[in-house]
Amino acid sequence: MTTSRDNLFASIRRSLHVKGDERLRAGIVEDRLDRAPKGIIPDRAQIDAPAKLALLLEKLVGVQATTAVLADYSEVPAAVADYLRANNLPATLKRGDDPRLAACPWDKTALDVSVGRSDGGDLNAISHAEAGIAETGTMALISGPENPTTLNFLPDNHIVVLSATDVVGDLEAIWPRIRAKYGKGEMPRTVNFITGPSRSGDIEQTILLGAHGPRRLHVLIVGA
Amino acid sequence: MSAQSTAHSFKANATGAMADAQLTGNLKAVRQNFIDKRAKAASELPEFEALRENAKEIKNHTLAHLDLYLEKYEAKVTASGGYVHFAADAEEARQITLDICRKVGAKTVTKGKSMITEEVGLNAFLEANGVTPVETDLGEYIIQLRGEAPSHIIAPAVHLNKEQIESDFRRVHTHLDANRDLTEKTSLLTEARAVLREKFLVADVGITGANFLIAETGTSIIVTNEGNGDLTQVLPKVHVVMASIEKMVPTLEDVSQILRLLARSATGQEMSVYTTLSTGPRRKGAFSSEVDAGSREENATKKEARAQARGDVDGPEEYHVIILDNGRSAMLGGEFQDMLRCIRCAACMNHCPVYHQIGGHAYGWIYPGPMGSVLTPSLIGVDEAGHLPNASTFCGRCESVCPMKIPLPKMMRHWREREFERNLNPAIARYGLGLWAFFARRPKLYALSTRIAMKAMRLLGRGKGRFTWLLGASAWTKYRDFAVPEGETFQAKWKRERGVK
Repeated sequence: MTTSRDNLFASIRRSLHVKGDERLRAGIVEDRLDRAPKGIIPDRAQIDAPAKLALLLEKLVGVQATTAVLADYSEVPAAVADYLRANNLPATLKRGDDPRLAACPWDKTALDVSVGRSDGGDLNAISHAEAGIAETGTMALISGPENPTTLNFLPDNHIVVLSATDVVGDLEAIWPRIRAKYGKGEMPRTVNFITGPSRSGDIEQTILLGAHGPRRLHVLIVGA
Repeated sequence: MSAQSTAHSFKANATGAMADAQLTGNLKAVRQNFIDKRAKAASELPEFEALRENAKEIKNHTLAHLDLYLEKYEAKVTASGGYVHFAADAEEARQITLDICRKVGAKTVTKGKSMITEEVGLNAFLEANGVTPVETDLGEYIIQLRGEAPSHIIAPAVHLNKEQIESDFRRVHTHLDANRDLTEKTSLLTEARAVLREKFLVADVGITGANFLIAETGTSIIVTNEGNGDLTQVLPKVHVVMASIEKMVPTLEDVSQILRLLARSATGQEMSVYTTLSTGPRRKGAFSSEVDAGSREENATKKEARAQARGDVDGPEEYHVIILDNGRSAMLGGEFQDMLRCIRCAACMNHCPVYHQIGGHAYGWIYPGPMGSVLTPSLIGVDEAGHLPNASTFCGRCESVCPMKIPLPKMMRHWREREFERNLNPAIARYGLGLWAFFARRPKLYALSTRIAMKAMRLLGRGKGRFTWLLGASAWTKYRDFAVPEGETFQAKWKRERGVK
């Protein structure tokens, strides 16, 4: 019995005039997957570390995120408390198991911090980014118990902590890091690239913030 | 059978659309917003043109090896714990989706914005079989309330204004205070957010499309601004991705190149707010029991190891990908293969003078504008959709802004040729062309007769400058005047002026 799968592959091969077992073609495909050649990398982010950080901050503002730069992780809880107070938000916070966030001195603030995924009841959440991409002002976040994906989308206010040492220039710079962590060809369940707070232009083409995801995105850059 | 088409009555659709003052008013937003934003974004990236060329090469390479990349992709998805299903046509894709929903006893499914599920007519089918689909992209939600199809591939409700949306919300959201104020656009957005948040939290299955599938890793990618696609795929027990065969790209590096073009060409953003890569279902903790046993004296590193080993705390338990053909494999290797490079950015329709006048619904099927005029006849047949490639002035703007450098006007010409070959043109067009061909093959006779005709028309229209009615050309003069010729043919003028030089 032929299946839809068989028919689909047969139809593709008929159109391409190939059998599918040509060694040359298979070699070309293996080689590309193996080498994963880089294409054109914009010049704009091929700059030194301080300039990358400056570009990242500029791009973040350009996509309506807010930012703060901190000397080290011990300053994170106070910076979060300040941010929530300044925006008239309740002093609650949800975080994952990320050891860098777990080690922050939360008890020095009046914040009510809970740990785990979000079920939709959390107003504020904090995540630790894997990297920040200067080229476009993009935060890269990886799923897992350290930083559950639901924290990136359900809360109204999303705070992202980024280590200054994890600022990269271009989008492609992320992939070697992920391959080093998970192995070539392997991925975490989710990689989220987040560039600013949620928005929609579906009503008369007017951009409005806070469609379904967070209404605010606040980025704390640590160690700069 | 795919979604219902009215493409055969394109001429009547277009006439109706142009007579609809509200629609033509609403469509001004397309002209005003998209064009400038794209131009700005493209000009701010000096490598934009080089990226277009590279993206074209990446897709051409992928399509030439599509069978092999699909096999690699399938193996990767399976290895990561997901399921791959292949569907030859719309009916099969719908049935596979329904079977997955039934297996988990799904009552409601949330949906991310997806043109492919529009193409296969998924919503009507699920509904008829007792599963309620809820569109969660704001634009898609609005048109679902109205029982309409999208009129634009990235801005489905671009044909509507806020008063129309307000009246739909009042009609459907009857559980809310009838006296609430919805005059501001933000109050409409806030209301949709609240209504849909409830739906996200109770959905059993989440269905999304995919902007890309990555062979290297078995990953599907969605690109959104609202975050609705992410809530759709992260919250329910089951995530179903429906994608057509040409969404394939080889590697993470390759998709990065095309991502640089997608948002810039679509909305003028450098990067859309959410670009999400999904690979397989929620990860299980392999060693959870052993690690838990020794959990008394953990230091920070051990804690981290334990967290890793414990696996994900959210995300879907099942991950399915339905790969749809629906006529695309037949486009490979032929004169329409280039169309399979399309990444659905909508730049072509945003820049199309025809789309600006008539909007998306007049095209009669799922894909409007220049990309629709090329793709629709390939997918549902030239007999049904042969009129669409005629809806072009051949101004070439679509090709000049296409990030994937698809030669859209050339392919519309291919369709016109096919339409002619198959005798699908109206008799008057065929006789007219035959008559013209008779003269064109006889240059002396052609020159003589056009000279006489120009003189005669000049005489007839003397002093008027323009005809408001002309025998045999009423289809033209009904909408615009016909200029009175100046008495000399182009060829005569050319000869005279070159002779002077």
